[in-house]
Amino acid sequence: MEAAVEVADLVVSRGGKEVLHGLSATVSQSSVTGLLGPSGGGKTTLMRCLVGVQIVTGGSVRVLGEPAGSVALRKRVGYVTQSPSVYADLTVRENARYFSSVLGAGDTTADQVIVDVGLKEQSAQLVSTLSGGQRARASLACALLGEPELLILDEPTVGLDPVLREELWEMFAALAAAGTTIVVSSHVMDEAGRCDRILLLREGNLVADDTPDALRRAAGTEDLDQMFLTLIRQRAEVA
Amino acid sequence: MSPTITWATAKRVLTQLSHDHRTVAMLVLVPSLLMVLLRFVFDEDEIFDRIALPLLGVFPLIIMFLVTSVAMLRERTSGTLERLLTTPLHKLDLLLGYGIAFALAAALQAGVATATAYLLLGMNTRGAWGWVVGVAVSNAVLGMALGLFVSAFARSEFQAVQFMPLIVLPQLLTCGLLIARDQMAGWLGAISNALPMSYAVEALQEIGEQAEVTGTLVRDLTVVLGATVIALALGALTLRRRSG
Repeated sequence: MEAAVEVADLVVSRGGKEVLHGLSATVSQSSVTGLLGPSGGGKTTLMRCLVGVQIVTGGSVRVLGEPAGSVALRKRVGYVTQSPSVYADLTVRENARYFSSVLGAGDTTADQVIVDVGLKEQSAQLVSTLSGGQRARASLACALLGEPELLILDEPTVGLDPVLREELWEMFAALAAAGTTIVVSSHVMDEAGRCDRILLLREGNLVADDTPDALRRAAGTEDLDQMFLTLIRQRAEVA
Repeated sequence: MSPTITWATAKRVLTQLSHDHRTVAMLVLVPSLLMVLLRFVFDEDEIFDRIALPLLGVFPLIIMFLVTSVAMLRERTSGTLERLLTTPLHKLDLLLGYGIAFALAAALQAGVATATAYLLLGMNTRGAWGWVVGVAVSNAVLGMALGLFVSAFARSEFQAVQFMPLIVLPQLLTCGLLIARDQMAGWLGAISNALPMSYAVEALQEIGEQAEVTGTLVRDLTVVLGATVIALALGALTLRRRSG
């Protein structure tokens, strides 16, 4: 099967500083891929490259067989930024319906995604009156519209309680089972276990690219936090 | 470009406005209240007619400039602009959506202010009141287009509101409202000729003095619309899908 995402020798500079140094990776279709690593490691920059909003210095990024950011991809890729990008002065439903018209998805779909992210009760509430976690879910809802083939989610579970986090990860798994490719970033290591594959990023370099089980074996520990530390130390010794 | 997306965007901007009751109230009432104040300040009919008429065009420009520059700045800083630009939305859908929404709001505002000036305060013009509303609405759309453009150069709302004196006040000083344009020094006249508000004010003065639709009025309106198109085009250039 063709890869959903192919990144080759990607170099990106932001603010005059190189933040990705020739990164290469692939993401297979219908899977959940976790982008993990400490903050400042280049996770958000890599995601911006996949969506095609980042100016790239070198290398190539192909998404669903097209160059990232091309017109044909705008209906096929959903993107949720780290800080919720929805209108604070609109209700949850008005936000969903607006993005739904932009994506050509219809009002029924808009109402459905609100239910999917567990905001049915809050649908008539202004986003500005929601809690941080609810805002994040409103933003996520708008990215689910139009059934995108690839979902890029930047830290979607930050600030959520364990029950909601569990529900969201179950939803990601269900979406992937139904054929959606998901790239999700997190700096919470215990979420890594929920991914089919992990890309470990540190200081703009890919430290590891494997399944959670293989990484646990390589590091000789079950604990994911410990695994991360061990892997980084191993790589530092090699370098 | 898609009419559905353009219209959805206009509807969205109007919905945002409608949730903000205080802004709506100020948008509709402030120009009229200022007109009433002006009536008391200039207690003579003739002077009031001469001052109030051009101001009916100046107020919508200032207010729409402010409202749009802040609205667009929010769109840029909240991440919604970046999100929209990853969707099938065309830049023109966004610009025209804002244009339609604020033109409708401006029509309401100009309608109320014009009615107040004519009916309550006894303003007289030789030309028809419909033209006054028409010029006021085109000025509002020009103010909106300028606001969209300068929002690209503001990093914060503090900066955005300060573009108002920078962009609007020089136009107000040289538009012929304070000193007749033909009495200005040559270089000032040249500046005045280059700024769109001069034509908006001249158009309104023309409506005040002439019963017929004159060539000057048509030319002035064309200049205002042309300046709007240029400002919108410059605004479109500032909407970048990719950033560093």
